[in-house]
Amino acid sequence: MGRILKSYNYEPGKIFRGYTGKSLYINVGDLRIEEKEVTQLMKDKFIGGKGFDLYYLWKAVKPETQWNDPENEIVMSCGPLGGITQYSGTGKTLVAAISPMTDIPVDSNAGGYFGPLLKFSGWDALELQGKAEQEIVVFIDGNKGLIQIETAEGLAEDSHILAEELTRKYAEDEKDMVNVSVVSAGSAARHILYGMLNFSFYDPRRKTVRFKQAARGGLGTILLDKKIKALVVRFKGINPNLNDVADIGLINKIGVKYHKEMRDLDEKQNGMRKIGTANTILVMNKYDLLPTRNFQTGGDPEAVKISPQVFIENFLTQGIHDGCWYGCTMSCAKTADHFKLLTGPYKGECVTVDGPEYECVAGLGSNLGVFDPQAILEENFYCDTYGIDLISFATCIAFIMECYQRGQISQEDMGGLDLRFGNHEAVLELMHQMSRGEGFGPMAGLGIRKLKKVFAEKFGADPQLLQDIGMESKGLEYSEYCHKESLAQQGGFALTNKGPQHDEAWLIFMDMVNNQIPSFEEKAEALHYYPMFRTWFGLMGLCKLPWNDIVPADNHLTDIPARVPEHVQNYVDIFNGVTGMQIDKAELIRQSERVYNFQRVFNLRMGSGLRQHDKPPYRSMGPVSREEYESRQDLYDKQLREKQGLDPEKMNLDEKIAVTRKYREQQFELLTDAVYKRRGWTKQGVPTLEHLAELGMDLPEVVEVVKQYL
Amino acid sequence: MIIVNTQEHPWHEGMTVQVLLDEKGYIFRHIIVRVNGEYVAEEDWARRMIRDGDDVVVLHLTAGG
Ligand code: SF4
Repeated sequence: MGRILKSYNYEPGKIFRGYTGKSLYINVGDLRIEEKEVTQLMKDKFIGGKGFDLYYLWKAVKPETQWNDPENEIVMSCGPLGGITQYSGTGKTLVAAISPMTDIPVDSNAGGYFGPLLKFSGWDALELQGKAEQEIVVFIDGNKGLIQIETAEGLAEDSHILAEELTRKYAEDEKDMVNVSVVSAGSAARHILYGMLNFSFYDPRRKTVRFKQAARGGLGTILLDKKIKALVVRFKGINPNLNDVADIGLINKIGVKYHKEMRDLDEKQNGMRKIGTANTILVMNKYDLLPTRNFQTGGDPEAVKISPQVFIENFLTQGIHDGCWYGCTMSCAKTADHFKLLTGPYKGECVTVDGPEYECVAGLGSNLGVFDPQAILEENFYCDTYGIDLISFATCIAFIMECYQRGQISQEDMGGLDLRFGNHEAVLELMHQMSRGEGFGPMAGLGIRKLKKVFAEKFGADPQLLQDIGMESKGLEYSEYCHKESLAQQGGFALTNKGPQHDEAWLIFMDMVNNQIPSFEEKAEALHYYPMFRTWFGLMGLCKLPWNDIVPADNHLTDIPARVPEHVQNYVDIFNGVTGMQIDKAELIRQSERVYNFQRVFNLRMGSGLRQHDKPPYRSMGPVSREEYESRQDLYDKQLREKQGLDPEKMNLDEKIAVTRKYREQQFELLTDAVYKRRGWTKQGVPTLEHLAELGMDLPEVVEVVKQYL
Repeated sequence: MIIVNTQEHPWHEGMTVQVLLDEKGYIFRHIIVRVNGEYVAEEDWARRMIRDGDDVVVLHLTAGG
């Protein structure tokens, strides 16, 4: 039993039209707990969710603040639509902090129950600042109006045990366990920079705690650096109108229509209810998009061994409604139950593995040359329970493997681990080393950007090659799509605020397959609209998947089917139905633009956010190596002929690689020009004062930063 | 020769929408097909013939993430 260091009683804010009107500040260093008013300015300009996170984070930090300074904050908020139960995907929590990977704000979102329960406990947002003297647990009881900070002695390290312990501890009885949600990291997050956060929800049918992750950018590393072992919220009494919405009838109506769509069409469309996002593995393989062996190629014949069917038939429990928040009929949060572990400290135990999602199978599978579903699930489990960002891990280890393959580092440099592509035993051992803080684990946990320096300085590796094959931008590892043939997606990853994560724009089909956006202006329009639209989910507390992983039966009759206009209208109507405001589709984009530009200026304030920071590695743009060129020689030769008017027959391989590179790098620069122009930024990527004024985002502190760069 | 998503593609006798999709390797389930601007429903892909010179759009809807 933990010792109580601080108790604080409060009167829970009454929720009105999606907002409680109050946020909670906790300084874990001096144990200060304060209530703050959510102002009209915050609602007008920052809306909620990620907007509120960035608003508070800006106020908390200085330009020179480092990720492990006490003033860095972890801020979380679920947004005004968060917690409604009538529509699918309404339980996301948005988290932000200054990232140990990028040194700029990172935002990441997670399902699970924490955000909605936090709001129903009376808080639109939670700020955590300071560093505790000893490891603590922060507990919020929304029914009793009680906050307690307790010591964390005797608690387990890894999330699957820790969250279970805490859920049992704070629930009043077995039935109450569904009312408790825990945020925790895991043992590896102490030793690596890309530690992530697990957000729990209790599954009464499986009688186990399940997880979703706010995985990107090292948030779990920060949590443990603050000596916060876990956050726990408890709230009992979920009902369909806890948000006290303006028009419940409207929201019910939209929800009923959507759920019918899901029931009738999911099977024919993406099959989200059977396997979730991993349904696309073979599709990505076929379209040359499945990253394989550090993004060297876009597929492999062995991918059939990790196909959705393999997971469905052998591992994933079917026929259970698997939503990560109430009311989600897309219910894509699948599990492998009774999964027997073959390695590590829990060897021989049967566990529930949450997933695998697409990024897991592509990242821990094909990108590491691993085509063994059992190994992928085991890696998935340990990433989660150890608190490792699976995407950063996968992309980083793929980079290490290629460095090893190309003789840039030796087995000895890796502490004896034989990290060749496909060696899943070595991958798992590396994870266990991260958990124990031993061997090569902590070094591999630095992430690609820092490893490039270490490998060059310590092991004599070629810095240019490392730069070309290290799939990171801004310090964050790329998520798992081989996108060399889509210029728009190169921008979709590199011309982002936080780094190359696919939650801003996924334009590969639209660009590379449909050829719908051939000109720079059309690509730029897509790189304006989609990132803004996707940002909006982050302001609201919404999951993106129900937007376009299912579409209405008559979607093909609409003017721009890729935008799924009916679902966009649903979102506009739900926002109006919850808040009582009257926005339209154009204002929806404007709401996002305000926050998006604010985040860009925030990057500037932290010494980043310029054109030079938006550069991708060449592996993102084209073939680095001879083998890569040769793997798609017909395509690249054709492009030399058609796009550059050159005769490949008269060139040797190295010449062809060099002119291809020059051309592609130029194309990226032209794309950057077009995107900046469309976004209202200067050629250096700085939002103009006119654009900020037009958006109503010319706040004095924002203008002050921007002026330094104009 | 036909046009598929603005690119040329060789035409041959007996080409149906389904044959074309197979040739192109378009296995994504979430697509919309239009031939000369006219929508072709999935149940008609196997019998809807494509003629030489047709303009075919195979729209893969955005997904991912
Ligand atoms: S679609 Fe999947 S990830 Fe999104 S809220 Fe529903 S269950 Fe969770």
